[in-house]
Parts: sequence; structure tokens; C-alpha cells
Amino acid sequence: MTDFPHAHPPLLAARGLTFTRNDEPVFGPLDFAVDAGEALLVQGGNGAGKTTLLRVLAGLLRSDQGEIDIDGRRANAAQRSHAIAYLGHLPALKADLSTLENLHFLCGLHGRRARQMPGNALAMVGLGGYEDSLARQLSAGQKKRLSLARLWLSPAPLWLLDEPYANLDLQGINLVNRMISAHLRGGGAALVTTHGAYAAPPVQTRMLHLGGEA
Amino acid sequence: MNAPMSTAPGLFGAAAALILRDVRLLWRRRGDALQPALFALLVVVLFALGLGGEPKALAKVAAAVLWVAVLLAGLLSLDTLFRGDAEDGSLEQWILAPVPLAWLVAVRVLTHWATTALPLVLATPLLGELLHLPRAQLPVLLVSLLLGTPLLSLLGAVVAALTVGMRRSGILVALLALPLYVPILVFGAGSVSASAQGLDAGGALLLLGAGLVLALVLAPLTAAAAIRISLN
Repeated sequence: MTDFPHAHPPLLAARGLTFTRNDEPVFGPLDFAVDAGEALLVQGGNGAGKTTLLRVLAGLLRSDQGEIDIDGRRANAAQRSHAIAYLGHLPALKADLSTLENLHFLCGLHGRRARQMPGNALAMVGLGGYEDSLARQLSAGQKKRLSLARLWLSPAPLWLLDEPYANLDLQGINLVNRMISAHLRGGGAALVTTHGAYAAPPVQTRMLHLGGEA
Repeated sequence: MNAPMSTAPGLFGAAAALILRDVRLLWRRRGDALQPALFALLVVVLFALGLGGEPKALAKVAAAVLWVAVLLAGLLSLDTLFRGDAEDGSLEQWILAPVPLAWLVAVRVLTHWATTALPLVLATPLLGELLHLPRAQLPVLLVSLLLGTPLLSLLGAVVAALTVGMRRSGILVALLALPLYVPILVFGAGSVSASAQGLDAGGALLLLGAGLVLALVLAPLTAAAAIRISLN
């Protein structure tokens, strides 16, 4: 696939990406590209640098070397903010707000996809009927679903998903896979980190292994 | 729903969402929100009792005591400015939002000021009565507080942003903020004592105003940069 001639530049491309922490290399140099309609599965054990890679791509950390291109142009903060939706380990939910209030705030901050409403997104992730529940009353899996609803509402084409399957039951894992498939059909792309290949979206997937020496 | 394309948030849309969120959170935890005001009241009452109800002695120090009470109450709530948002990952989403981080920081700080310091400033005439504050000093005191407290909040935000990456920073916040707060206290309380002696308070108030204008522009940018560093 990599030598397939592209009419469009890849949605996300990294060349020679390296990150070191306290003079210890965490990963790199990495080269990869993700096209619209593709998912990149980032695999590796604990501490292999999966989360760090996603944080570097999102712009939360600065890489030591290498280049990141989004849509064929060098990534900068303004471009990232419109292109990237990041689902990290921290849910970014306020415990004292209801699920719907949380979504309304995050939509106000990040924008909202056309024809998508927070109420519908809640129903889609299986939280219909929980509109007025405070986030503190939700289980870990339900919080994850609420974060997925936020992701679904985001207008960004590139999803960076850090362990999206964590805390979810089988239905939840299916939900993540369905969401990623739908997102990719709509011309988006996704980077997904997992420990292993036990849960992977049934879509066109590239693989990236981190921490091969372990 | 009615827009054909996706809706990107504008500066004011994001600010409105943030203010609405903060006001809702404040209302849900209104007991905590009252803490700075109660603390200031406590300082004032204890001072009045400590000086043994001597109206003359109280009147002399009333303006300075009120200034210190408001400053300490602000210091008390400083650590909560960004900590909650850092711990639950909200700050990461702020950084990734299409609106500038400095803008969100500015909105957050000014909301914080309006909900913690402003009620105290409004209660100052009442607290002043407790301390036998001469009525003639009240207007200058109010103006100096209205100029000084947002300046305290803005400078405090830089300190809070610098320490947000640390797990426990209670005393560090106070130590870092103190040298920044001293000049504001000197000019704020100084303007009142100057006017009490029949001197012109204008100079000190103008300096506070100039500091406020400068901090309004620079403090959010500095705090935003500090947040980016702290979250690394």
C-alpha cells in the first residue's frame, strides 16, 4: 500500500520522529503515514511509548527530531486544533456536571460536527437516559463512553485514541469499532493504541510496533 | 443542526461555554465557593476583637486590614484555579481547542475573580463598618480594591499555572506569589492612607491601573506558556 500513488497527501505523516526523555530514547526514529479512510494501530507493551507518541502527535509534547505533516503541510498549533481530536487517559470530564452539560461545554470548546447533537451522541454510545446523571455517578466504562460521545461530536478528521478499549465491555468494544469504521468511511483517519491485537477495528489498518527490543 | 457545515467555536462562543461551566460548577459546590469570603470575614472579625473595640485604633488600621484580608482570601483560592482542570485532563483539551489557550486562561481568571474577589469588594462597606473605617476613606479603598484585586488574580494565575504540574504546591504558591503581591498591597493600602492624610491618592491608583492593563495583556500569555510547560 505504501507505494500506491496518492492523489492527495496523507492526512498524517511523520518522518524521523524521535522523542527522548532525560537523554533516554523513548521511541524513534519513526516513519509512518495515515491516509484518509485508514486506521493505524499502534502496538507495544507497557512503557513502549504509545501514549508519548500520541501526545507528540497531538502537540502536547515536543519531539526532539523529525517532522509531522498534517494534510501535506507542516503541523502547527492552529492546524492541529482543527484536524485532531485526542482521547487520552484523562477523561476531561467535570465530576460535578451532568453528562449532557459536559458534552455541551466540550462542544463549545471544540466545535461540533454538522447535524450531530449531544443528546443523540449520548444515545449512540449507550448513555441514553443518563442525560441528567452527574459524571461522578458514572462507572469507569460509562465515563469512557461519555468521552467517546465527545469524540463523535468533534469535527476533527484525525482521531488519536489512546487505549480506547480500556474499561469497556464487549458491547463497548464493538461500539468503538463501529465508531471508527463510520469515521473512516466518512473520510477520517484514526490512530489507535492497544496492548495487543485482540481488539482491532475491522477496517483498512496499518500497524506500527513500538519497543521491539522487549 | 441548521448549519450545513460543522460548527467551529468562535472566541466568544468558547468563552461563554467556559463561563457557563464555571458558574455551574460553582453552584454545585457553593459551600466551597463561600470559603474565601468567610475567611476574609474571619480575619476582619478577629482583628476587631483583638484590638479590643478601640474605635480609634481600629480606624487607623482598618483600610490596611481590609486589604490584607482580601489578599489572603485570594491567595487561599489560588491553588484551585487550574488544579482541578489539570487533574481531570481538561487542560489538555483546552490546549487542543481551536481557540488560543491564553484566551481561555484569561476568561477562567476573570470568572474566578468575579466569583471570589468581587463579592468581597462589594462587601467591603459592610466589613469597613465592623472596623470603624472612616467613611471618607471608603471611596478610595473601593477604587483601589477594584483595580488591585484583578491584578492580584492575574499575577496569581501565572504562579498557579507554574505550579500546576506539581502534586502538592500549597506553600510554594504562597511563597512565589508573595513578592509579586507586595507592591500591589503597598500601593493599594498606601493610596488609602495617603488620602487619609490629605494627600493625593491618584498616583498610587494610576500605578495600579497601569499594572492592571499590563497584566491583562501579559499575564494570560505567560500563564498559558506556563501551563504548556507544566503539562509536559
